[in-house]
Amino acid sequence: MLWIDFHGYGPRLLSGAWLTFELAILSLALALVLGLIAASARLSRSRGAAGVATTYTTLIRGVPDLVLMMLLFYGGQIGVNMVTDQLYALFDIDIFININPFIAGVTTLGVIYGAYMAETFRGAFMAVDEGQMEAARAYGMSPWRTFKRIRFPLMMRHALPGLGNNWQVLLKSTALVSIIGLTDMVRVADKATKATHEPFLFMLPVAVGYLAMTTVSELAMLWLKRRYDTGFEH
Amino acid sequence: MEQWLAHVAPWLSANDIFTPATLARYWTGLVNTVDLVFVSLIIGLMMAVPLAIVRSSRRWWLSGPVWVYTYIFRGTPLLIQLYLAYYGFAFVPGVQDSWLWFFIEDPVYPALFAFTLNTAAYTTEIFHGAIRATPRGELEAARAYGMSSARAYRRIVLPSAFRRALPAYGNEVIFMLHASAIASAVTIMDLTGAAYFVYARFYTPFPAFICVALIYMGLTFAILAVFRTLERRLLRHRQPAA
Repeated sequence: MLWIDFHGYGPRLLSGAWLTFELAILSLALALVLGLIAASARLSRSRGAAGVATTYTTLIRGVPDLVLMMLLFYGGQIGVNMVTDQLYALFDIDIFININPFIAGVTTLGVIYGAYMAETFRGAFMAVDEGQMEAARAYGMSPWRTFKRIRFPLMMRHALPGLGNNWQVLLKSTALVSIIGLTDMVRVADKATKATHEPFLFMLPVAVGYLAMTTVSELAMLWLKRRYDTGFEH
Repeated sequence: MEQWLAHVAPWLSANDIFTPATLARYWTGLVNTVDLVFVSLIIGLMMAVPLAIVRSSRRWWLSGPVWVYTYIFRGTPLLIQLYLAYYGFAFVPGVQDSWLWFFIEDPVYPALFAFTLNTAAYTTEIFHGAIRATPRGELEAARAYGMSSARAYRRIVLPSAFRRALPAYGNEVIFMLHASAIASAVTIMDLTGAAYFVYARFYTPFPAFICVALIYMGLTFAILAVFRTLERRLLRHRQPAA
């Protein structure tokens, strides 16, 4: 993008775009893991685990992500300080934990979208034909092998459209971290706009950057869909 | 409101944070949030119906532009759209000297503008999906009755599509309520803005944000209840007989 004059903000915009990308990928990984765990807990026979998972998904999905982000971001450090203060007062252990804003951003987004992923996974697990599971057991497969070879691949076919949607929403939600102080590309553009008074020069390239990312993800979803549709007729 | 505050004031006297002043701020925030979301949803809905019909057209030069519009607005974060409206309008040549200046003086107008265009894009796609899913038999029956395509749209396609779109539209309403939290980023005193003010004033993140989270949760459950009732009434024919 050397042919546009970004008033020296070009490199920072690029590093902001990279941060957006890293943030989105890492939170997606965390959200998928949390989602799988919460969905399994909700479907498990243990009433306690199901209750905890239901509370988690209901509470998180009832509150705007920005509010949760502010709560965890601003409250996180105070909460950690309270714990370390207690440790010092009770056991004379003197530690100071400084919350890294990037890790806080990844954790917050991961915890929020884990709740949405859990709902998608839960629906998909329930859509898997029980007969397939019985067949796996009849073949003498262990529970873990049944999960890996039968339940997971079959579930993914049902989960993919929902997962793709959640990923697109998550990707766009990364823009919110700019409000709480991470220098992603939106924050760079915001700063540059305030300094140079040229909103279109900075906001439009950022919008194009997001469009590029959403378009690439849509193509990737098509490829994944074809992969998990193997063996099913249309 | 004043009377109510006077009534609860003694009960709150032992509380440093939730004073009548902060409660009044939360109240203003609630009014602003509901206002913003409601107005943009209504205008967005009115835009989405004709846009969805155009989007479902078989002529590419009609459906194409609408597709581009929804693709762009659904593919970029609402925050960017809000910033573009908020910062951008002042720099459109000629605006500064025209009557449009009122638009820039109050951040509520750019926010309404961005929110409306955003929700219209999502709603257009929801309705488009519902229109495309119209059962062939309904269309054939309409044609067999000799209905013109305009009349078939009005009497058959749209009513049936609205019903099919209802659950997805309920999600969009909740999504919009949650998305409206970013209005606080352009100095609007909405619910999130009020919570941030209380946090910054007393340096108490937990009471400030948990309180507002509970209010949002209450609004979310209220919307869910409304849509569940609507679905029970309008989609009765789809439910198994009791």
